[in-house]
Amino acid sequence: MSKGDKAFGITVTFVIMFLFWILLSGLFDAFHLIAGAICCGIVTLISHDLLVRGKDRKFIVKSLRLFRYIPWEFWQIVLANIDVAYRVLHPKMPIDPLIIEFETPLRSDFSLVTLANSITLTPGTITISVDPEKGTFRVHAIAKEPADALLVDQTMQRKVAEIFFVEPSGTDQPAKS
Amino acid sequence: MVLVNGMVTLFLAAGLFFTLVGSIGLLRFPDFYTRLHATGKCDTLGAGLIIVGLIIYHFFGYSKGVLVPARLAFLVFFIFIANPVATHAIMKAADETGLKPWKVGEERK
Amino acid sequence: MISIFLISSLLIIFAIFLSLYRAIRGPGVFNRVTAVNVIGTKTIALLVLIGYYTERPEFFDIALLYAMLNFVGTLVFARYLERGELWS
Repeated sequence: MSKGDKAFGITVTFVIMFLFWILLSGLFDAFHLIAGAICCGIVTLISHDLLVRGKDRKFIVKSLRLFRYIPWEFWQIVLANIDVAYRVLHPKMPIDPLIIEFETPLRSDFSLVTLANSITLTPGTITISVDPEKGTFRVHAIAKEPADALLVDQTMQRKVAEIFFVEPSGTDQPAKS
Repeated sequence: MVLVNGMVTLFLAAGLFFTLVGSIGLLRFPDFYTRLHATGKCDTLGAGLIIVGLIIYHFFGYSKGVLVPARLAFLVFFIFIANPVATHAIMKAADETGLKPWKVGEERK
Repeated sequence: MISIFLISSLLIIFAIFLSLYRAIRGPGVFNRVTAVNVIGTKTIALLVLIGYYTERPEFFDIALLYAMLNFVGTLVFARYLERGELWS
């Protein structure tokens, strides 16, 4: 990594850790602030390349688009829980599990983690494994309708690809197993 | 004051309902993968709703500043990120070891 | 309001006992690890409720620490079950 990337990574990591120190301690006198700065400095020097990977010019726009995605995510979480409550409390328990696979054009770590978390928190699907080189997702679905909502509609893949400036894939046929 | 108490009771009741549904799903479902569906979604939201209700109670009942509700808000954020990741990790371990999923018509496992 | 916290704590303890049945009975190790993770998440909510019931704010720090311990414990278990060893 070049010098600019390292300085950006060190600064962001130090600021995040110092804010976390102030949140946990709650005391603002000089002794605690200086002790916090020393501890955060030592931890940042050891592990500054874990959190931020390089200078990203579109960092602010990506964060704003992420904040706009979160309210839709909350609505999906509420729908998911009402769906699971219906399937648990129904006397006949209508479930029909199956495993599906599909591909996405996302490649960076953070976008894959966001999509995997969103799939786990939406009605009826949980991510099993992710292949970071080809972007393949292996997903376990609990019934036919949530699996179709993920395979045929592709609403969530379009929304996550829009955050990270990636063109959503066209009409490739996903594999079923 | 009655309005605040009513809203806190509503959040606590919703959180307790989802937590109990998660535990009943853990007992009722026939297979390991379907049990993870019940707990990974319902348990996370149940605990999150209970703690959000308590943040509201702190703001209007105690009002001892903004630092303690910020700590509880970080706890809710952490639960919403950490529980799905732990669910996915244990499910991937089961799939790599070769546990077969349940189809309609088999017996309970 | 205090009595509502007491009833909520008792209901969460009842839900913990329901998950304990799956921890004892579940065939295989995966069901047991899942049940222990669920009991850990319910313990976090129970700790915050007890912190408000006894009016001592020290319990919130314990709840935050236990959330992190529960998460890391489940991840370490999953990694050991997948690979057969922790690091090579």
